[in-house]
Amino acid sequence: MKFYIKKLITLIITLVFVSFITFFAFQVIPGDSAIAKLGMDATEEQLQELRESMGLNDPMFVRYGRFLKSTVTGDFGTSTQYNVSVASLVADRLPVTAWLAVLSVLFMVVISLPLGLICARKEDGFIDRFITFLSQTFMAVPPFFLGILISLLFGIILKWFVPGRFVPVSQNFGAFISYMVFPALAVSIPKVAMLTKFLKTSLLRELSYDYVRTARSKGLKKKQIMTKHVLKNALIPVITFFGMLTADALAGSIVVEQVFNLPGMGRMLVSAIANRDFSVVSAAVLYIAGIVIIINFIVDMTYQKVDPRVRIS
Amino acid sequence: MKRRKQLFFLGLLLSCMIALCACSGSTENKGNDQKEAENGEASKNGGSVIVGITNDLDSLDPHKAVAAGTKEVLFNIFEGLVKPDKDGNLVPAVASDYKISEDGMTYTFYLREGVKFHNGALVTVDDVIYSLKRATGLLETSDPEVRVESVFSCVESINAITTEDGKQAVEVKLNQPNIELLSYFTISIIPKDYTEQATKPVGTGPFRFVSYSPLVSIVMEKNPDYYVKGVPYLDEVTFKISANTDAAFMELRAGTIDIFQQLTYEQSNQLKDLYNIEIGHMNLVQALFLNHKAAPFDNLKVRQALSYAIDRQMILDIVAGGNGTIIGSNMFPGFGKYYDESLASYYTYDVEKAKQLLNEAGYPEGFHFTITVPSNYQAHVDTAQVIVEQLKKVGITAEIKLVEWASWISDVYQGRNYESTIIGLDSNLSPSDIVKRYESTSKNNFLNYSNSQFDSLYPKAYASVKEEEKVDLYHQLQRILTEDVASVYLQDPANLVAVNKKLAGYQFYPVYVQDMSTVYYK
Repeated sequence: MKFYIKKLITLIITLVFVSFITFFAFQVIPGDSAIAKLGMDATEEQLQELRESMGLNDPMFVRYGRFLKSTVTGDFGTSTQYNVSVASLVADRLPVTAWLAVLSVLFMVVISLPLGLICARKEDGFIDRFITFLSQTFMAVPPFFLGILISLLFGIILKWFVPGRFVPVSQNFGAFISYMVFPALAVSIPKVAMLTKFLKTSLLRELSYDYVRTARSKGLKKKQIMTKHVLKNALIPVITFFGMLTADALAGSIVVEQVFNLPGMGRMLVSAIANRDFSVVSAAVLYIAGIVIIINFIVDMTYQKVDPRVRIS
Repeated sequence: MKRRKQLFFLGLLLSCMIALCACSGSTENKGNDQKEAENGEASKNGGSVIVGITNDLDSLDPHKAVAAGTKEVLFNIFEGLVKPDKDGNLVPAVASDYKISEDGMTYTFYLREGVKFHNGALVTVDDVIYSLKRATGLLETSDPEVRVESVFSCVESINAITTEDGKQAVEVKLNQPNIELLSYFTISIIPKDYTEQATKPVGTGPFRFVSYSPLVSIVMEKNPDYYVKGVPYLDEVTFKISANTDAAFMELRAGTIDIFQQLTYEQSNQLKDLYNIEIGHMNLVQALFLNHKAAPFDNLKVRQALSYAIDRQMILDIVAGGNGTIIGSNMFPGFGKYYDESLASYYTYDVEKAKQLLNEAGYPEGFHFTITVPSNYQAHVDTAQVIVEQLKKVGITAEIKLVEWASWISDVYQGRNYESTIIGLDSNLSPSDIVKRYESTSKNNFLNYSNSQFDSLYPKAYASVKEEEKVDLYHQLQRILTEDVASVYLQDPANLVAVNKKLAGYQFYPVYVQDMSTVYYK
């Protein structure tokens, strides 16, 4: 119980810190919501009138207090660009990013786990070298470029999907998921490469330990040793790395949403920054930060479950 | 062990199922495309098109919309008392006719009978007065988000009158003569006291609003009650919002967008087998704008040297395959008789002359300066790159500084904190609108330009009510800007538009709009 309370307090502190950074970052960057709203030829009087009505002329801490209050109530105010509640904007866009992240993570696990195992078992063999070569290559390719390549290959040449088309989750779940698969691949492939390499290294390190030799001398089969003992121990450092990669995948999805034209949180965030739509930016940043914190929390929980030493400490 | 194996295969199976879903999804959509195409081919009327755009709408309320990209879309839903045609004329729209008094003090608009809003209500004089008062800032309670053009400060009153033959009209009285105001009466006519304009817009245009999803699309359908008979041809138009030009290009390659404008020359080349590439004008003054308060641009000889050192034709060739029109002053050909074509060849490319002028100005070794360019406009970034290379030949080192659009507005346009910038300036179809910023006292004079001759001549041109005299005065103003090298004027850039080969009727306008009412399936 103490563990959960500690985590909850950390979560709140982190979110307040993120909100603070977001708020003050917005104060120092050039341009404001009023200019973005009224355009370049607006007169100073018009700008002042709008700033006043938007509360932009209030002292900084008053505005921050107001922002915190709206954040706590979860309403985030109204988007200055779209004139609709930020909550409704987020509600439409969050499922896109969340599903993209879920699918990316799924691909990361489903692909990298067997590949890591194969590489460790067939160390220095042809398959290991081939997979390592591919891993090195994909690790170096940024997700946005991979997105373009995937669109070109699977969308334009093979015509497996229609680039730029999107079906909302509320309309047709199957079709929605079908348009998420290729962006999820673009996000996950570089991560798969990293995870495979990390898992292989971790497995090889475990295989060099004495307990493996003992198990072998007792007559246990290589496969049994690998799955029953080595894999479990090797996964402990991988879980932490996996948590980091998942958070990274979320950041990657912001870029990939631009390439695949997906109306998710990432695209909303980029557009809101360009339009100095502070309510939307803060909501998007806090939601993304929240998701990352929750992922880390899940990682910590899993870590605790897998490694009893963490529980004791 | 067995359980783990099962889990592993379950994972694989799920991935395969998802991949299969992807394939089935695309097949379903292909079917829709085909159906749409068949419908379109059946007759000139009917069918739907998808127009790609890269800027999301900044408001659905036409009086609050500022971005050119929004006005481009809303042109299909809203109309003013007059509207521009493709030749740059202002033709009656919600008004059936108009009259400007000889002294330029009174505008009278006669209402067209039977014009209906999209909600079925007839347009009344009260609606017109309300719309005009709202857009000119004369309503008793003003909404700070409504964009009021400063030019409307000359409007004194807006009243309903009944003509001698009993027709209803609206009379706009000014406090000073102005015969250039007509192009501003393109402002949208909206229903009086309608409060949902920002979410469910209602206008009188050829298409009526269906739905809007931020970052996704705006859908509109044919207005069956449109007062112009025979148009629009299409049943439905979707303006689809792409994240950027690259994403839109990918969609064009996949054939999911029917119309997309502002392609780069390279992109248009790659699409010419799949689409008809229509070439028009952007109707912009693209220039290397100089800050006259930043040395050495306060020196005329330096500005002249820059003008001689830049090969405009090469810019056109590299950036747009030779398309576009070279201009020599702050106006583009869309202004018709007000545009002085002869100034386009005032400065011809001459490296030796540029070097000589730099020498005379005291910069024999050249100098270093920064060109601030908004990064979201690829055409301006490309132009800057060509200019940087050209200036090297005369010893000038230019450095490109890419900035975000919001930063450009606050730092360059409003803060005037820059050395030079490349941008395209658009304008209303009023000649004063495009040159007034050069008045030394103008709030929009982001160049810090000051010329007493220009300052004394501009008010005369603006106030003149005689057409011939007005044309002559605006030609003189343009000549001053050219001779004084207020900036290095480059071109009215080409607008390369990809249009589905099954479509016809796409038209270019001298203002930044996309009119879908004339588009039809062949």
